[in-house]
Amino acid sequence: MNKPVNQKAWFFVLPVLVLVAFNAIIPLMTVVNYSLQETFGSNVFLWSGLMWFEELLRSSRFQDSLGRQLFFTFTILVIEIPLGVIIALAMPKKGPWVSVCLVLMALPLLIPWNVVGAMWNIFALPEIGLLGKTLNSLGFDYNYTRQTGNAWFTLIAMDVWHWTSLVVLLSYAGLVSIPDAYYQAARIDGAKSWAIFRYIQLPKMKRVLTIAILLRFMDSFNIYTEPLVLTGGGPGNSTTLLSIDLAKKALGEFDLGPAAAMSLIYFLIILLVSWVFYTLMMRNEEQ
Amino acid sequence: MKRLGWLIPALYIFFLMLPIYWLITMSFKTTNEILGSFTLFPQSFTLDNYITIFTDPTWYWGYFNSIIYVSLNTVISLAVALPAAYAFSRYRFLGDKHLFFWLLTNRMAPAAVFALPFFQLYSSVGLFDTHIAVALAHTLFNVPLAVWILEGFMSGVPRQLDETAYVDGYSFPRFFVKIFIPTIAAGIGVTAFFCFMFSWVELLLAKTLTAVYAKPIAAIMTRTASTSGYELGLLAAAGTLTIIPGAIVIYFVRNNLAKGFALGRV
Amino acid sequence: MAKITLSNLRHSYMPDPKNPEDWALKQLDVDWEDGGAYALLGPSGCGKTTLLNIISGLLTPSHGKVLFDGKDVTALPPDQRHIAQVFQFPVVYDTMTVYDNLAFPLRNRGVNEREVDIRVREIAEMTDLTPMLQNRASGLTADGKQKISLGRGLVRENVNAILFDEPLTVIDPHLKFLLRAKLKELHQRINNTMIYVTHDQTEALTFADQVVVMNMGEVVQIGTPIELFEKPKHTFVGHFIGSPGMNVIPCEIENGVAMIGGRKIKTANKVDKPKGKTEIGIRPEFINFAAKGIATKVVKVTDAGRFDIVQTNCEGQRVNLILAKGAGIPSENAKLAFDPANTRIYVDGWLSGEGQQI
Repeated sequence: MNKPVNQKAWFFVLPVLVLVAFNAIIPLMTVVNYSLQETFGSNVFLWSGLMWFEELLRSSRFQDSLGRQLFFTFTILVIEIPLGVIIALAMPKKGPWVSVCLVLMALPLLIPWNVVGAMWNIFALPEIGLLGKTLNSLGFDYNYTRQTGNAWFTLIAMDVWHWTSLVVLLSYAGLVSIPDAYYQAARIDGAKSWAIFRYIQLPKMKRVLTIAILLRFMDSFNIYTEPLVLTGGGPGNSTTLLSIDLAKKALGEFDLGPAAAMSLIYFLIILLVSWVFYTLMMRNEEQ
Repeated sequence: MKRLGWLIPALYIFFLMLPIYWLITMSFKTTNEILGSFTLFPQSFTLDNYITIFTDPTWYWGYFNSIIYVSLNTVISLAVALPAAYAFSRYRFLGDKHLFFWLLTNRMAPAAVFALPFFQLYSSVGLFDTHIAVALAHTLFNVPLAVWILEGFMSGVPRQLDETAYVDGYSFPRFFVKIFIPTIAAGIGVTAFFCFMFSWVELLLAKTLTAVYAKPIAAIMTRTASTSGYELGLLAAAGTLTIIPGAIVIYFVRNNLAKGFALGRV
Repeated sequence: MAKITLSNLRHSYMPDPKNPEDWALKQLDVDWEDGGAYALLGPSGCGKTTLLNIISGLLTPSHGKVLFDGKDVTALPPDQRHIAQVFQFPVVYDTMTVYDNLAFPLRNRGVNEREVDIRVREIAEMTDLTPMLQNRASGLTADGKQKISLGRGLVRENVNAILFDEPLTVIDPHLKFLLRAKLKELHQRINNTMIYVTHDQTEALTFADQVVVMNMGEVVQIGTPIELFEKPKHTFVGHFIGSPGMNVIPCEIENGVAMIGGRKIKTANKVDKPKGKTEIGIRPEFINFAAKGIATKVVKVTDAGRFDIVQTNCEGQRVNLILAKGAGIPSENAKLAFDPANTRIYVDGWLSGEGQQI
């Protein structure tokens, strides 16, 4: 669609601009400010240049939590995206069951994040939780508060439980928008289910899948409340993701400078990856 | 293979329901039963946990607080996003593409990064511990999302509609309110749903910006978990109650949800 | 290639049809001869597409059978029926090139690549797609995409029939004419059974050897374009085909003779014991002004190029005439004369003396 050029359209965007500027730019300036200074408690600030950034990038603590964060994001993407697509493919396309599926599947998305953490905490407790008790009575030595592997398993299971539905909903929306004629033509052309998936469903889902991956990437990088409530970053630091580490620094240890520097690096990573994604998506659309 | 296709969603839903079931069951158990033995159903069924919540104002005010700021946020987000989305869907202007991406970057900002600056900002303007503070803070991620979804819906409405209305002598504000908004009502519904959802589930900012008067229910729960030892039954009951508003909202938008996803640019 | 027989076929989209309106197809017994070019003509919603989908196997009929060369295929899925079908809106596989799109039906059936290549290039030549064979299909215009759809329908050899479901809806008028001519030419070359669904009479009459006219889920008449024009078996056919359509005038029957306003009308057919509504059907081409005949009033004359369309009012009943240019049009005391050989009596809409069976 060819849209007319009209600079007055800026007036329509102005309210959004003012609001977001208030919410985003001022706090961001504060963060930038902290990241370049050093403080000794009582409101004395000294210019420290890029010291915090250098220190941070060299510290093994940051590198470790970044590594854990990347591992976490990668794992949940690898599980949630294919799983979500498979479930969407298997869902009924019409009839009363559609509503039932949608309502039940969307439920985890609307539970406050700390409730999600608390729910899984209770669910996975080794002695009194349904999951923990079941695993232990099946002969697994399961205790997520003590064993790193178990903690990771629980964390990932929780995220899959919490967010796969978003992928399902998006994929499903992409699937139902495919006109019937495509399926009819494919049947006439003698295409098998795999060919139908590969040449009709997947191409038509590409757009919503890109969005799903983008959203899941951003949100999993930002994840804070759920793991904090579930494992508190433990045992030890074994499940301390970036956000948790950051909050520990800023709120717990009140190391404002390093925390701010970390915030910025963190934000830049998300921004960079999202920008690459966004550009690819837009280029695809123009084709 | 085809006949067993229904098993996949069925198993998935079963998996989704397990932790929720456990939470609900636990809310009807006494503390002794929870800690003392492993039971699939409440043996000594009790409503004590719910009675505690419904009789203690700090508890039930938590619900009102949450609902107040979530509603405020939804209204504000829609009010500012509607004209902006219209501008993006109808016109080209200097920097429109960059602006759109910049808006989206705010959706990406980690709440943990903003928590402390937000606390300072809202304290300095005297809004700390008010509903409006939380509602405004949540627009950080809800407004970009709302603009994004609404823009998708509006682009689906042909521009001839606008032109016909102007030819018929409508002024812009009257056209927008009387004709355009009803046309994209489904899109507004879907957008409101997402604003509600993301504001309802967010806790970090809501907790940082409140102390007493506007404290959300979810934050009151964490207090229970830490201060009064391990009152798991009470925690479970409060958790169960936080699921209900979400469930009601989904039920109302169930038919529009998939359609909204398909039409909009979510 | 095969003869297709529809036997005692009925279909409803409802699980439990009760009223006649619940049936999308009421009762069909049709034979499609091997190698014929058929057009399936009728107004929107008359069940054309339903019938097509039953033949191709996309739908299973609620009652009755579909036979290919006498073999029951009612339960077979589309890919085992060896049918090609082209849909109303273009279906292309976006991620593939034009070449791969055309090759898709062949590759799915395990045809070896050498043969695929030969067929694809042949079809591309026929459909003018050769220059863009290596382009991505998603980049083509609507008619380019529809050419791909057509090509995919034609690419397989030895199909039992090729079905077209209003394939030219999205094509520009001048291209429509070219593509239709191409289809006709193709039919003569490969001699396949082709069934072409349309609601456009020109399209049907120019493409087909045999036209099947449907209305409200029933087949009303099967015949050559000339038969449909000269001897419609139902007033619906008379009205639907021709422009303007056949005049249908209510009449009385006395002793087996039709009477309009007390005047005897000579007709080509007789009626014995009239039961129900009786009407005279006559095409505008077969009426003339005369000195003696049925009195009428001229209402309007429309210039339609090589001839004039004269609209008259015959005691409240509209009667159209088609007259050659220059024929005199009386301004007063106009009288109509009907050509007896082309004037027929219809009882309850059906041609009298022929019964309802067709």
